[in-house]
Amino acid sequence: MAEIGSFALRLALALSVYSFLAGIIALAFQSQADRSGIPTPAEAVGETARRAGIATFAAVLLAATVLVICAFQDNFRIAYIFHHSNRDLSGPYKFAVLWSGQEGSLLFWSLLLAAYGFVLRLRYKTDPRLFAYASVVLAGVQIFFLSLLEFAAPPFGILEGPLRADGSGLNPLLQYPEMVIHPPMLYLGYVGFTVPFAFALGALIMKYPGEKWINITRRWTMVTWAFLTCGVFLGAHWAYSVLGWGGYWGWDPVENASLMPWLTGTAFLHSVMMQEKRGMLKMWNMWLVFATFWLAILGTFLTRSGIISSVHAFAQSSIGEWFGWFLLITLAVFCFFFFKNKSSLRSEHKLESIVSRESSFLFNNLLFVILCIVVLLGTWFPKLTELIEEKKVTVSAPYYNSVAIPVALLLLILTAVGPLLAWRKTSLESLKRNFLWPTIGAIAVAVFLMITPQSWGSAFGLRPWKDISYFYSLMAIALSVLVTLTVASEFYRGGRVISKHTGQGMFASMVQLTHRNTRRYGGYIVHFGVVVVIIGFSGAAFNQEKEMEMKTGDQMTIGPYTAICRSSTEDDNPNYFSQWAVLDIYKGGKPIGTMTPERRFYHASQQTSTMPFIRSTLNEDLYFVFEGVNQDNGRPILRAHLNALVMWIWLGVWIMLGGTVLALVPNAPAPVRVPAPARLGQAHPAPVATGD
Amino acid sequence: MLRYLNPFSKVIAPFLASFARKPALSLPKGGSWRRKTAHSLLLCIAVFAFLGAGDPATRFTEIGHQMMCICGCNQILLECNHIGCPNSDGMRNELMAAVARGDSDSLVEQGFVQKYGPIVLAAPTMQGFDRAAYIIPPVALFLGVGLIVFVIRSWKNRPAPAIADGLSPVRGAELEQFRDQAGKETDL
Repeated sequence: MAEIGSFALRLALALSVYSFLAGIIALAFQSQADRSGIPTPAEAVGETARRAGIATFAAVLLAATVLVICAFQDNFRIAYIFHHSNRDLSGPYKFAVLWSGQEGSLLFWSLLLAAYGFVLRLRYKTDPRLFAYASVVLAGVQIFFLSLLEFAAPPFGILEGPLRADGSGLNPLLQYPEMVIHPPMLYLGYVGFTVPFAFALGALIMKYPGEKWINITRRWTMVTWAFLTCGVFLGAHWAYSVLGWGGYWGWDPVENASLMPWLTGTAFLHSVMMQEKRGMLKMWNMWLVFATFWLAILGTFLTRSGIISSVHAFAQSSIGEWFGWFLLITLAVFCFFFFKNKSSLRSEHKLESIVSRESSFLFNNLLFVILCIVVLLGTWFPKLTELIEEKKVTVSAPYYNSVAIPVALLLLILTAVGPLLAWRKTSLESLKRNFLWPTIGAIAVAVFLMITPQSWGSAFGLRPWKDISYFYSLMAIALSVLVTLTVASEFYRGGRVISKHTGQGMFASMVQLTHRNTRRYGGYIVHFGVVVVIIGFSGAAFNQEKEMEMKTGDQMTIGPYTAICRSSTEDDNPNYFSQWAVLDIYKGGKPIGTMTPERRFYHASQQTSTMPFIRSTLNEDLYFVFEGVNQDNGRPILRAHLNALVMWIWLGVWIMLGGTVLALVPNAPAPVRVPAPARLGQAHPAPVATGD
Repeated sequence: MLRYLNPFSKVIAPFLASFARKPALSLPKGGSWRRKTAHSLLLCIAVFAFLGAGDPATRFTEIGHQMMCICGCNQILLECNHIGCPNSDGMRNELMAAVARGDSDSLVEQGFVQKYGPIVLAAPTMQGFDRAAYIIPPVALFLGVGLIVFVIRSWKNRPAPAIADGLSPVRGAELEQFRDQAGKETDL
């Protein structure tokens, strides 16, 4: 089996090289033919390049399938399977072995890239020339990953010595249902940004006129962004549910690595509208899409090189150097074509007023980029100080919170203001009219939260003068209300227009409005999802925690909850040995359930892992961790966290994803019709539509 | 995660103190309302700056969340959840003792840095090269805002694109009239 997998990968590399070289030759011939008017075999060569690209997918798929089959067959002759699997590992986790280690995850990355390339090459008729350029860029990136698999991190390496009876097992932290879907989602996001980058670079090389490449890649970018969003938050949820420290985001370099392309990708999704609608920011968009792709690769470099210490990092290996060179080469190639062809990216439109949608997009992009700079700087700062001052420093949550939160709040203000600004120019009168009630609403909510008693719940009784974190939380909640009200007012005003014309009810009108411009209103729903997430983040200011040793009958009180230890017990199965406590939970003296936080010891890997027990409500999460047993008296040590508003985060992500899916749905034809002017001589009325 | 953060005490308080030593900051005479407003603002900032000097338990939590466990887990000291961690228990006890003695925040931090090295602090300090971590983002923000203002001005001053033959551009009052009409008709 290993030989089949190795051969498939070698074949895929050969096909990629052919696709890349033949693609370049075909494009060169094509350009020559365009200039001279003499026919060349460019088309035929280009077609073979396209087919080779498609065949690459088949070959990489075969290799990945072989690796998964080997995992299910417990083929411990293969070093990768031996190091990341064992006989008693359950089925889904054996499938997840594919992306659980360095070699497998690179193969998985390669597979996803080949799959994206497969779809792209099948859809080439949309614009054969542009797709041919994009196909060559994708083939170039594919060559890099397949070379890694061939020369630096082969997944089908054979283990020396006698055949082992069992494998070392999968990392216990990865044996959690979300780990079966978190890496694929994240990788679909990372790899997916290669596609808009490939189109952008292709358009730059061929000096592609107009904004068509933006239109072609819009859906790709949105789908990719949704995958990355899903991946980032699944990672946060996994950290919350498994790592047992009570939080969901630790600003670890690997977490930061996923956040950076998300930030620039989000900026791109916004600024791309300016290029579509007004033909502006062409150069900036080129850089943004490149930065997003580059940061995704940089993130992989961070995790694989061991250059920055991280709890997530894969074992240090030489592949960091490969990534370093690849980053330099892509930067050099992009810079070369950018400076060579940047004259084709000049925008011709002018701006009429600073109070306009265009300006808001500029500031929005600035803030996203500043946030990205903060994360990038914080991630690399320990390395910089080591180089400059020869001392080691730590950059953790306190730094990011102090620098990033104010910028994020500014961004939230723009989220409220931006959508209500018109393209070209907005009058102060209209601004006043649109913002008066949302602003009053936001201030009213802030005052209400300040004056209410704290006993009402986590977010009540906020006294911003007591602690800076309360101040930030209050600001975040008030601004979230502002965004929500402006989004609601957008739906209401649009719905009212349709209702006036059609006589339908307000709700039906708003639904119709959304169907008529899914991108715009889907975007608003995404904004609403973001504010729900922000409200969830703001709950961190009210978190409480407590730790104690509990024998049977002992009780621990945290917030309104009391936990009484009913018993502690243990169990053993072929995969792991586990210990857990049984806690009866009371709220206000009334029993509300039982919690069983657990700690496991995995036999194969000889590692321990905690399985916190979380009781979630909209108001707060009660989170218990079984930390271990006191060796002297055998009593379990339990830590309790009372985390406020965490469920809002996961709820907000679902809303964001729902909004993205809605934005991907094609617009419905506008049913509101007005008579066409008689001078046009049309018998049929012309449709009316709203813009983004 | 937010709780252990007080940038005012870390950044703004030293910043204000440095200004307080400079007489050049004195406010102009005759602008009493301006002076009062400025004083009120400074007072508000100072109130925030000196927040956090609470009871020992609060101080323990706040300082403990500004330090790292040095066992290699890359976790905040009070969040390290390793049973049998060789460092965190001892470090927490040291911190508790220092807080109980009434040592100031900076003294506690200095003591930990001397013993464990600068790596024990969860964020860069405001000294030496560390300051760059705090200075670069706001500088980048101000430069970015300046650049955007420059770009917007240059775009505003750019001549309008040429109009096809036979069409005359709509400008001034007529353009405003069309805008108003469009606004009324769409109600958006």
